[in-house]
Amino acid sequence: MSESAKQTNSELQALLGRGYQHGFVTEIDSDTVPPGLDEDVVRLISRKKGEPQFLTDWRLKALRHWFSMAEPHWAHLKVAPIDYQAISYYSAPKTKKDGPKSLADVDPKLLETYDKLGVPLHERARLAGVAVDAVFDSVSVATTFKERLAAAGVVFCPFSEAVRTHPQLIEQYLGSVVPYTDNYFATLNSAVFSDGSFVYVPKGVRCPMELSTYFRINALNTGQFERTLIIADVGSHVSYLEGCSAPARDENQLHAAVVELIALDNAYIKYSTVQNWFPGDAEGKGGIYNFVTKRGECRGRAAHISWTQVETGSAITWKYPSCVLRGEGSIGEFYSVATVNNYQQADTGTKMIHIGADTRSTIVSKGISAGHGQNTYRGLVKMLPSAHGARNFTQCDSLLMGGKCGAHTFPYVEVKNPSATVEHEASTSKISEEQLFYLLARGIAQEDAVNMIVSGFCKSVFKELPMEFAVEAQNLLAVSLEGAVG
Amino acid sequence: MSSEPALLEIEGLQASVDGKQILNGLSLSVRRGEVHAIMGPNGSGKSTLASVLAGRPGYEVTAGSVRYEGRDLLALAPEERARAGLFLGFQYPVEIPGVNNVYLLKAALNAARKARGLPEVDAFEFLTLVREKMKLMRMEDSFLSRGVNEGFSGGEKKRNEILQMLVLEPTLAILDETDSGLDIDALKVVAGGVNSLRSKERSLVLVTHYQRLLEYIEPDRVHVLVRGRIVRSGDKSLALELERRGYDWVAGEAA
Repeated sequence: MSESAKQTNSELQALLGRGYQHGFVTEIDSDTVPPGLDEDVVRLISRKKGEPQFLTDWRLKALRHWFSMAEPHWAHLKVAPIDYQAISYYSAPKTKKDGPKSLADVDPKLLETYDKLGVPLHERARLAGVAVDAVFDSVSVATTFKERLAAAGVVFCPFSEAVRTHPQLIEQYLGSVVPYTDNYFATLNSAVFSDGSFVYVPKGVRCPMELSTYFRINALNTGQFERTLIIADVGSHVSYLEGCSAPARDENQLHAAVVELIALDNAYIKYSTVQNWFPGDAEGKGGIYNFVTKRGECRGRAAHISWTQVETGSAITWKYPSCVLRGEGSIGEFYSVATVNNYQQADTGTKMIHIGADTRSTIVSKGISAGHGQNTYRGLVKMLPSAHGARNFTQCDSLLMGGKCGAHTFPYVEVKNPSATVEHEASTSKISEEQLFYLLARGIAQEDAVNMIVSGFCKSVFKELPMEFAVEAQNLLAVSLEGAVG
Repeated sequence: MSSEPALLEIEGLQASVDGKQILNGLSLSVRRGEVHAIMGPNGSGKSTLASVLAGRPGYEVTAGSVRYEGRDLLALAPEERARAGLFLGFQYPVEIPGVNNVYLLKAALNAARKARGLPEVDAFEFLTLVREKMKLMRMEDSFLSRGVNEGFSGGEKKRNEILQMLVLEPTLAILDETDSGLDIDALKVVAGGVNSLRSKERSLVLVTHYQRLLEYIEPDRVHVLVRGRIVRSGDKSLALELERRGYDWVAGEAA
């Protein structure tokens, strides 16, 4: 690199320095179970939630299975050893009773926290008509717009509430997409999950608004293990968005969530994630370990599940939102932007399992690596013998900023049906000095020029996000890539 | 000649790329309203001059000075130069996938307006302006929604450069081989666009290898660049003479 180019870089780096903006801690009394994990802890969590016996038993089966498992190390990640006995598996803000019954019962400090995060719980400060379920550490604190949703017949509530109000749906669907034996972190989640969101959209109903969950880890030394279950009945339609953040702490915190989606005949589920967990500091200290299992099953004919994710946070991201395309003519989609900066690591991608005939899947993955970040796309496209005429299209693009980061692509393809087609396109590029100079020569500021190029690179994913979040995602991307041009 | 100082005053400019000296004491004075053509054989430093003036990274100025509107141009960052009314028409405009043409045009125009203390351009007025200029450049409406130079042909890229210039209305435009790779019809369109911008307030520096462009954009002065310095200057007849006698003629004189 020439001298003046180096100068451009250092100038650009000097320009930047906003850092993580959600790293505050909320001082709040919480009810936290001492660190450690055994059957008693699991029983305690289940009892605190007032769960039926079948669920307690399910958790215990998962725990026993988990004890027989070993932590996986196949991902392209460097993970510091995790002491699972040093983690507290339950933390709840203290309230008068078991949980808030309405917004009026929610601790004002909590509401303030969500205000700071830009998630207004008050219905009058409605976020463009988005219904929000907010999860603070282990419990769900409020769900907005309940009445309007109820009028449409849509159930949208904290998971723990659904266990009490819709136990038959829980028993029927929980673990039906991600069984408790699935993988180390999903199994752990099955044993200790504390809350999350539950959605049921009845037959033929088009959910009248975007549904949204906001997750926040606040307490020290706690893990967050939420569980989300979304069931879209025949011919229904729902769009769901989750957002995440956590305080800036020196210690790594574990987040091991499970999301299960079930789409029946002609149902459509759109699941969008804007993940902004604390990524650790510039030296790689602290940050969230985001080990998440997300899977949807198109169980019916012409069902459609679409995952969109914008992953900007976490010290380590390990997640593969996947689709099991069982129903004939069903459709699976995965649109992803994953960025790593400083010492962040991401190993993310998807699995598209084609079982039904004429099933289709589309994968668009955009990986952006900066600083010392390591970004891996890992994807599996599997065409089973029954998948006559199934089709997949995969596009994987990597953008590198600077010379110390890495981008890796592991596309796995298994085709057992000769009539199935799989297409794969991949590219790796550097943010070019030519592009940057072109924009500068048009009077655009350096920072804006970088953001413009990166946003352009991610455009095909951003356009999949609900409008009101596309802008947020773009801003988040800009913040997470600060100081990152090379 | 008026006593008003020149818009662009280059004195004894020396510049190198990767340690290799390309410009060897180049001096040039461009007054407001004038059109200058810089001609010269391949490798004579024409594009280097354009790059140095626009502030492209990798070009090191080792001696000399450049004053633009009385200010030290070389002290300004590339984006500041652009906002001060300097425009570079690129020889090889780069593709920026996913970045909308209109979005870039608007961001560029607003950056310049902001620097002049003007409010952001009204969205409706802006589109009207862009459409009018597009018509002049014979560009399709679909251009508006495409990515910057994304999938453009060579000719489309060059027309896009001129469109940007027309929208930004620079004080000093440097067009680096804007004529290269254009067929005769496209050349006429590009020349028409450039000529529409000529005014008493505005100056143009055309960097070109061939005389052909100058048939459509008539220059006030023609300079011949050989080995990084201007070896001969004259009026437009110099371009014709060059065409007839070839660069060896002046190169021989300079040796």
